[in-house]
Amino acid sequence: MTTLQETSTAQTAKMSAAVAMNSALDLAMAKDSKVVLLGEDIAEPMGGVFKVTKGLSTKYGTDRVRSTPIAEQSIVGAAVGLALGGYRPVAEIMFMDFMTLASDQFVNHAAKFRYMSGGRSAMPLTVRTVVGNSRFGAQHAQTLEAWFMHTPGIKVVMASTPTEAKGLLASCVFDDDPCLFIEHIHLEYTNKEEVPTGEVAIPLGKAAVKRAGDDVTVVTYGPAVPWALDAAERLSEEGISAEVIDLRTLVPLDLETVLESVGRTGRAVVAHEATRFCGPGAEISARISEELFGELAAPVLRVGGSYAPIPFAKSLRAVPNSDDLVAAVHQVTGR
Amino acid sequence: MTENVQDTTTATGELPSATELERMYWVMLTTTAADARAQKEAKAGKLQAAFYPVRGMEAVCAALGAVLEPRDRFVSTYRNLGDALAKGAALPAIMAELYGRVDGVSKGKGGPMHLQDEAAGLTATTGIVGSGLPIAAGLGIAAQLDGDDKVVVTTFGDGATSIGAYHEAMNMAALWKLPVLFVCQNNHWAEHTPLAQYSASPEFARRAASYGMTAHKIDGFDPIASWRAVRDAVAAIRRGEGPVFLEFETYRLTGHTGTADYSYVPKDELAEALTRDPAPNFRDWLIRQGISTPERLDEIEKDAETGVADAFAYAESRPQPEPDQLHEDVFADKRLVPDLR
Repeated sequence: MTTLQETSTAQTAKMSAAVAMNSALDLAMAKDSKVVLLGEDIAEPMGGVFKVTKGLSTKYGTDRVRSTPIAEQSIVGAAVGLALGGYRPVAEIMFMDFMTLASDQFVNHAAKFRYMSGGRSAMPLTVRTVVGNSRFGAQHAQTLEAWFMHTPGIKVVMASTPTEAKGLLASCVFDDDPCLFIEHIHLEYTNKEEVPTGEVAIPLGKAAVKRAGDDVTVVTYGPAVPWALDAAERLSEEGISAEVIDLRTLVPLDLETVLESVGRTGRAVVAHEATRFCGPGAEISARISEELFGELAAPVLRVGGSYAPIPFAKSLRAVPNSDDLVAAVHQVTGR
Repeated sequence: MTENVQDTTTATGELPSATELERMYWVMLTTTAADARAQKEAKAGKLQAAFYPVRGMEAVCAALGAVLEPRDRFVSTYRNLGDALAKGAALPAIMAELYGRVDGVSKGKGGPMHLQDEAAGLTATTGIVGSGLPIAAGLGIAAQLDGDDKVVVTTFGDGATSIGAYHEAMNMAALWKLPVLFVCQNNHWAEHTPLAQYSASPEFARRAASYGMTAHKIDGFDPIASWRAVRDAVAAIRRGEGPVFLEFETYRLTGHTGTADYSYVPKDELAEALTRDPAPNFRDWLIRQGISTPERLDEIEKDAETGVADAFAYAESRPQPEPDQLHEDVFADKRLVPDLR
């Protein structure tokens, strides 16, 4: 496998995240006949409502790329059975809101089978799902990763670029534990970039420093990364140097990278689109405070979704943006 | 398709071999004896676990065990002792698991609701009602992709017929002609609620047929009728004809859990069901048919009782997992556990 560092010399093509993930699945299926996909509308002619599985049923057959009934509980349940049967299933749950329907199989079964069997049952399954929109209202928009971080046994992954989406998804597919791979609807098609056409390997549990800085550490992931970088750029114009860490995986959590950075800057803001109250930032900021209390120049702040269902009307805003992050950084730096 | 022990006496048709019949009797007796002992120890407080007795379903378990092969995969429920024994899991390791001991089938981390023994083809058991069916469907897809003729069996009680997972999985299995045998152990009780109080459509086999699969109803107190139904169903599934649903009419001869009071069960109903208690009737039938002598059956009974006593003694003698095992098996790599980072 090519590592991300080596990709500069690899052959590349301009890809959106959706295309990059399609490439990851294509390569995984070509490499390992045990990789199978299932989900609503994923086979041709639809190729998935977000087109991530486009063309794969034609290439690998509808036995390995199965369009399912509208039955989330059985989609993930069948993935659990496939994993127990020696396969590497990748299930698509169209919107993360629908994970509620699949929760019994994911939380009570996938997350626990390895443990409950004393390590005798592996659970190499991946669930891909999508967050972030308000065009459909409050039931097709929720960012619920904290629920799954709170369930021992599940790895939680959220990419912020097409290349990383490709590399992290491949790592999930070939991981021996259940992985929840969360995509963001706005990142599926925007932000095209040059992505290696071959395999990309990005290990789970390794954060990436997306921008180096000295005054404050911004800890973030997924769709918040682009607006955090935007905020950092604006802050630099004011003379504030912000370091931006993209966690990439929430479980396992790369606390080492976070603590090293905050240890240097003495200030931290955790930013995400999930609801701030009891969101991932609560855990991350608590860990920073516990480990670095004496070295912090200011309390760790959190920027997150405001406590409300995702509203439909454009005039109502629950999801944070770069303005909120800039304000939070002003607060921790006292500038 | 309904038969009972009395009918079987005169019915013509193929029977299991004498050895198979005696093993069926052993499975029934071992299940009954282990069930009774577990209930006794649970009531005495020695077995500190929720235990779900199998009494009333022994004949169905025995029939499944007589037909299935180790390569066939089995997904059971929390009422799983008979299923596990029939599928060939070793009783001492099962009992050690009930006691939460390190030598249990799941190293003591699963407990009574989470037995598994892949070598015996006991792939999973679940404590969530109805959840085994979608998992069996997934194992069915795996078997189909494997391209061999292994069969996946999932057992569940009649109570599971009310839950969504049941319908989703049956639809999926019929749609894709998955090699799955759905075994409804109809004991007429959903926890503490009788069938008539939770469904206006209690003909489960008929309901199953409406999904587009073969479905039969069988007297689950009759081991021979049960064996024939399982044999035919498994043969059809191996031929690639898709899933089969078998509803075994039984009756729960104990309470919902090993320690619960079951005074809510109507006395006349229970008394009537006990006249059809599978093991004693099967014993009489084996003697009447000239298949086994009373002495031989006494020997099997003694063997079952000794096996159960030995398994409990083994379980009680084994250690619990060391405290440092807490974070093992959360992930494939223990170092990824947040508390250890």
